Amino acid sequence: MSQSRPVLSLDGLVFRYGETAPDVLVDVSLEIADRAVTAILGPNGSGKTTLLHLLLGLLSPQAGRILLEGRPYGGYSRREMSCLVGLVPQSERVTFDLSVFEYVLLGRAPHLGLLELPKSQDRQAALRALETIGLSALCERPVPSLSGGERQLATIARSLAQEPHILLLDEPTSHLDLKNTRRILQTLRQLGDRGQAIVFTTHDPNAAAAIADHIVLLRGGRVLAAGSTHTVLTPEYLTRTYDVEVNVVQVGGRPVVVPH
Amino acid sequence: MSTSRSLAPRTSPRWLWWIGAVVLIGSALSLLTGRYPSPYFTLPATLASDELARNVVLNLRLPRVLAAVMLGATLAASGTVFQMIFRNPLVDSGFLGVSQGAAFGASLAIVVLGGTALMVQICAAAFAFLGLAASYYLARRIKYGDWVLRLVLGGIAVSALYASGTGVLKYLADPLRQLPDITFWMLGGLWGITWPDVVHILPVIIPSLVIVLLMRWRLNLLSMRDETAFSLGSAPGRERLVLLVVAVASTAAVVAKAGQVAWVGLIVPHIARRLVGSDAQRALPGAMMLGGLFSLLCDDVSRTLLSGEIPLGILTSFVGAALFLGMLTRQSLQVRR
Repeated sequence: MSQSRPVLSLDGLVFRYGETAPDVLVDVSLEIADRAVTAILGPNGSGKTTLLHLLLGLLSPQAGRILLEGRPYGGYSRREMSCLVGLVPQSERVTFDLSVFEYVLLGRAPHLGLLELPKSQDRQAALRALETIGLSALCERPVPSLSGGERQLATIARSLAQEPHILLLDEPTSHLDLKNTRRILQTLRQLGDRGQAIVFTTHDPNAAAAIADHIVLLRGGRVLAAGSTHTVLTPEYLTRTYDVEVNVVQVGGRPVVVPH
Repeated sequence: MSTSRSLAPRTSPRWLWWIGAVVLIGSALSLLTGRYPSPYFTLPATLASDELARNVVLNLRLPRVLAAVMLGATLAASGTVFQMIFRNPLVDSGFLGVSQGAAFGASLAIVVLGGTALMVQICAAAFAFLGLAASYYLARRIKYGDWVLRLVLGGIAVSALYASGTGVLKYLADPLRQLPDITFWMLGGLWGITWPDVVHILPVIIPSLVIVLLMRWRLNLLSMRDETAFSLGSAPGRERLVLLVVAVASTAAVVAKAGQVAWVGLIVPHIARRLVGSDAQRALPGAMMLGGLFSLLCDDVSRTLLSGEIPLGILTSFVGAALFLGMLTRQSLQVRR
């Protein structure tokens, strides 16, 4: 599906929560390109978050397997995995008044032993991540006092401090207003341009259209289509996914989805 | 780099050293504070000439001062652990059925099982664990309010059940031999503490506090949701269990000796976070030292102010509740859900 070799290969994944529960994912086979932005797009309840949790290693499939750089997930230790795969969860709750810097520093945990404290190289990595995201000015602010968009950026910075090979984001823009949505998407696109492999879920076709190199369309736990943004974002596929008649128009070289 | 300035002040705050120094000086002064040979304060010079006074200091006050510091440090450490692990700034061992469980266990040991020191300790620990487990289970089952509220409600219910059980035991207890022992539990205090008591609890307290201290940065991770902690390489279930076991065991050990000393575990972690920040790498040692200082000062007042002893639990409750109300009404304590 792309020129670069896949960083993740999913092969016949089947997943259900409990033995007698209905299948959430059915025979999902995919390749996810390295150094590219991939959107997993689908309506609510299509299995996007479950798929992301499988990619994180938090859940294990009942059938099928996932290869990370050609090696099955079972072959990695917990710590190795967390050095390679980072997660920005849908809504992060920070109960205590950690400063943005302290919060971002937590991203270094995979690189530290159980009883180790962060060292100066870890602090440098956290500062670099804050600079990349453009959040250095908020370093000392308590995370709970941040706006929704700033908090999302802080969480992205935390995942960057982790220095993962692949960054997973679960609905990164779903709670945000237009301005912050734009800011987050621009940030992700910039990271993608630097060569960071990114996989994000979204139910908004226009969020995917705005920045994704590749799109995976998910409906009812099945892959409806997967490929480059232009080949997947067609009225036919989107109508089948969302049960709504849509048009796809081109604005500034990128597709925009407009419901009828 | 312009941002390098932010590295320095956050990671080596002078507050920790100041608090540590105050704890040491406070402990030394506490040895000289008391009702003998003269009320309130003994000059070090007097000790050289008065052998009885020396004995009082070495065999009565020194173990008691150590016990007071350990008691406060342990309650504050476990309070911090409970608050962070349950992501709930309104809990401590007194709110989770742990203290009431320990009190019930100790009363049971006194009334039914003969009341040897070892039996009291074991029963206190066993019922403390049961109390925590029951509170947690209830909180998961309650269908009202959010997680912060549910856990507090579960803890209140379990504590009330234990309190009624303790009530039955008090009713059954021998009013001359057993009842005074149980009453001591309800009020809390360190007047009976001797060297053997201190030696008894050390093997539980020291390893517990060391484990908690070693895992202090990790505690930040465990205060995040499972998904996040997992993605950062933690095994949240297992690591939380280790910290909870250690917190409950050490709390039960000090409570078995000192009775119910309330509010330290709730209020001290808040004060510590205000002084040194919320990062547990500093908040935890800060809370331990402040907790030690708080219970030391309260104990000094309880044994010195009047000719009779004022139970320690009464003082800590009074001061702790007053501070808590002050912080809540001045909005310096904010509960975010």
